[in-house]
Amino acid sequence: MSRRRVVITGVGAVTPLGVGADVLLRRWVAGESGIADGEGACRDFVATDHLSKKEIRRADRFAHFAMVAADEALAQAGWSEQLPYPTERIGCVLATGIGGLNSLEAQHDVLRDEGPKAVSPLSVPLFMPNAGAGTLSMRYELRGQSFSVASACAAGSHAIGVATRMIQYGDADAVLTGGGEATLTPLARASFASASAMSPSGFSRPFDTRRDGFVMGEGAGILVLEEAEAAAARGATVLGEVLGYGSTSDAYHLTAPEPEGRHAAEAIRLALRDAGREARQIDYVNAHGTSTPINDASETAAIKLALGEQTARAIPISSLKSSIGHLLGAAGAVEAIATLGALNQGTLPPTLGLEQPDPELDLDYVPLTARPFAPRAERPLALSNSFGFGGHNVVLCLEGVA
Amino acid sequence: MATATPEAVEARIVEALASFGPDIEQVTRDATFEELDIDSLDLVELAQIVEDDYGVELKGDDMKNLKTVGDAIELVVARAS
Repeated sequence: MSRRRVVITGVGAVTPLGVGADVLLRRWVAGESGIADGEGACRDFVATDHLSKKEIRRADRFAHFAMVAADEALAQAGWSEQLPYPTERIGCVLATGIGGLNSLEAQHDVLRDEGPKAVSPLSVPLFMPNAGAGTLSMRYELRGQSFSVASACAAGSHAIGVATRMIQYGDADAVLTGGGEATLTPLARASFASASAMSPSGFSRPFDTRRDGFVMGEGAGILVLEEAEAAAARGATVLGEVLGYGSTSDAYHLTAPEPEGRHAAEAIRLALRDAGREARQIDYVNAHGTSTPINDASETAAIKLALGEQTARAIPISSLKSSIGHLLGAAGAVEAIATLGALNQGTLPPTLGLEQPDPELDLDYVPLTARPFAPRAERPLALSNSFGFGGHNVVLCLEGVA
Repeated sequence: MATATPEAVEARIVEALASFGPDIEQVTRDATFEELDIDSLDLVELAQIVEDDYGVELKGDDMKNLKTVGDAIELVVARAS
């Protein structure tokens, strides 16, 4: 029996570039940045424009982003009026790096200043990492498996990978997946700054010789995944396919990637093998590209190791984090959405801020300006890399429809 | 601490419940918590507000038997006096 295939039928995003998946790709391709004052905040997002008083009160900001992105994704998939599958056959896997940190910090203030009796009963239900998955499951009455995936900055891609496996294995016919993050808080800023992970200059310029750390962002990306035959049977418009998923761990250091990129390279190989594709068939690699000195070097090494140095040089690579910063647990999901859009538009989005290339990093990072591309095969093919604190490596192999 | 006149308690409870989700016009004395989509977590928050404002401590068992907005107002007024 051949493996069940998994197609993408809807996407939605809330990012520092605005509310919507279209605006994300359009503005990134145009070379615009959602970063201001050293952070990628979702400045255009006004919760009351999209959600009721109760919905806002009963969820943390990271789940607000996820709800609004999910509404968009489900509308695109044609699910808004009615679920196309039995509710028990629809899962929900949502990533977050940290969870509801705004709520946690606010309630910790209450605990310290007013004592334990004043702490809201909604504290844990709002800040628990699985709150987003629970909220979406209830919002759309999805009764298949639902849970959250937490693997820091790799979580968004892990969620898509796990959701894909769930459909391939037959545990679900469709899964709402992606990630949400909202950690522009004093504690997160202080922690990332102390760890020397965050950019002191406030510039996100992956692969540039002046890069000095990541810029923190916030937002959500949500995708609707469906089993391909079921999607075709209901006449769904297919945006692309999750062809391959590969994941490994460095087992090396709590925050630093293994510098030679050996295990990240293995994740790339696994994703390609899972997809049944060869390195030379890849049209584009969406880099993790955090703009930290070590990530961009070890990622470049990993890409070369996995794809072969000569092949790697011929593949355009760019980083969405150059435009919106690092959305931590939402990053992989938002990047998968942008990658798919780029494939379907025949556009290679740029790595912004890459004005002074690091002489040690010698691949084609599509500096500063987008450019068109012609797919090497009938359908365009991309890899999307995600690596997380904890040594988690995830690579997705995505195919467009253009 | 605010004085727990029936009018003041009613106004405060209606305001608090409306801040949880329902429109303020819906929050009448006869409205049930079920109709207003106010659940046990909301009622714990209501109890915290009432304790802050009137010094009335309400336990889980007290809250369990409340069905309507009027029930809550009467309970707080009775305990405060």
